[in-house]
Amino acid sequence: MTTRDSDTYYSGNASPSAAKHRIHWFHYASPQTFYPLAGRLIPWFAALAVLLGAAGMYVGFLVAPTDAQQGDAYRIIFLHVPAAWMSMFLYVVMAFWAGVGLVFNTRLSAMLATAIAPTGAMFTFLALWTGSLWGKPTWGTWWVWDARLTSELILLFLYFGFMALQAAIDDPRRADRAGAVLALVGVINVPIIYFSVIWWNTLHQGASISMKSAPTMAMTMLLGMLLMALCFWMYSIATILARVRCILLERERHTDWCMTELRGTP
Amino acid sequence: MIWSGPEEFFAMGGYGLYVWGSVVVVAIALVIEVSLVRQRRRALFVQFSRNGNTHDETQA
Repeated sequence: MTTRDSDTYYSGNASPSAAKHRIHWFHYASPQTFYPLAGRLIPWFAALAVLLGAAGMYVGFLVAPTDAQQGDAYRIIFLHVPAAWMSMFLYVVMAFWAGVGLVFNTRLSAMLATAIAPTGAMFTFLALWTGSLWGKPTWGTWWVWDARLTSELILLFLYFGFMALQAAIDDPRRADRAGAVLALVGVINVPIIYFSVIWWNTLHQGASISMKSAPTMAMTMLLGMLLMALCFWMYSIATILARVRCILLERERHTDWCMTELRGTP
Repeated sequence: MIWSGPEEFFAMGGYGLYVWGSVVVVAIALVIEVSLVRQRRRALFVQFSRNGNTHDETQA
């Protein structure tokens, strides 16, 4: 009995009318209600990802002009910057849900954090890969051990560490807690990545978009980049929701609702 | 359209290897991730229909 309502405290079967009028913030925190909701949302986010991706690639590769300094090598920006944004953003979201799971002991939050890690790691890898392919023609090297590149590599290792730690612990709830501590400690790396180009001398160029000044790039370049960022965003939501549904079924398969679901078709 | 023909488009001003090397790897990564999640889901249903709810350590 978690209610603090004194009436219900004293009589076991008091009417739930008081509870009815409250807003059920935690309604979708229940795996049983979250699972079908996530299932309904996935096709929409997937469709948005496809549409935004097609529009972004169209603008980036067929409309945006060739860069005066970098030629067409700059077009890697349409994949590199969105991937790098997602790598950092997903880490913060992962650490947030891991932290919520740690503090409130909510199963779904922790499972969400677990579901985010592989997608975050993938975008980190893609940011490094595309960055390397961009660095070779523009800087003359695939890799330098400067602040921006090194801290992004550390981000990849943080994702790997989170996944490896959780995989190494048999009890899922203990794995959640251990992973959460690692994720929260690692958050310190995200501002280091973001501000590294300001704090240290580096080959890497500064932030592509600044809130303080007018865009320095052509509008079509900016549009292509934002469309691709939204595409990766929608893609991440769809994939993470699909993965968290798998994790839910894996962990809660002994419950009636999971068994009913598993008797159906995938 | 900024390109005069497909050759020019694929050449990317001489940076084709770098640009398409980025595009292809991103596409492959997204396809692999989606198929891994689908496979994970399908495996759950197959395992349930075979073994019911018994926890199989070898597949865990």
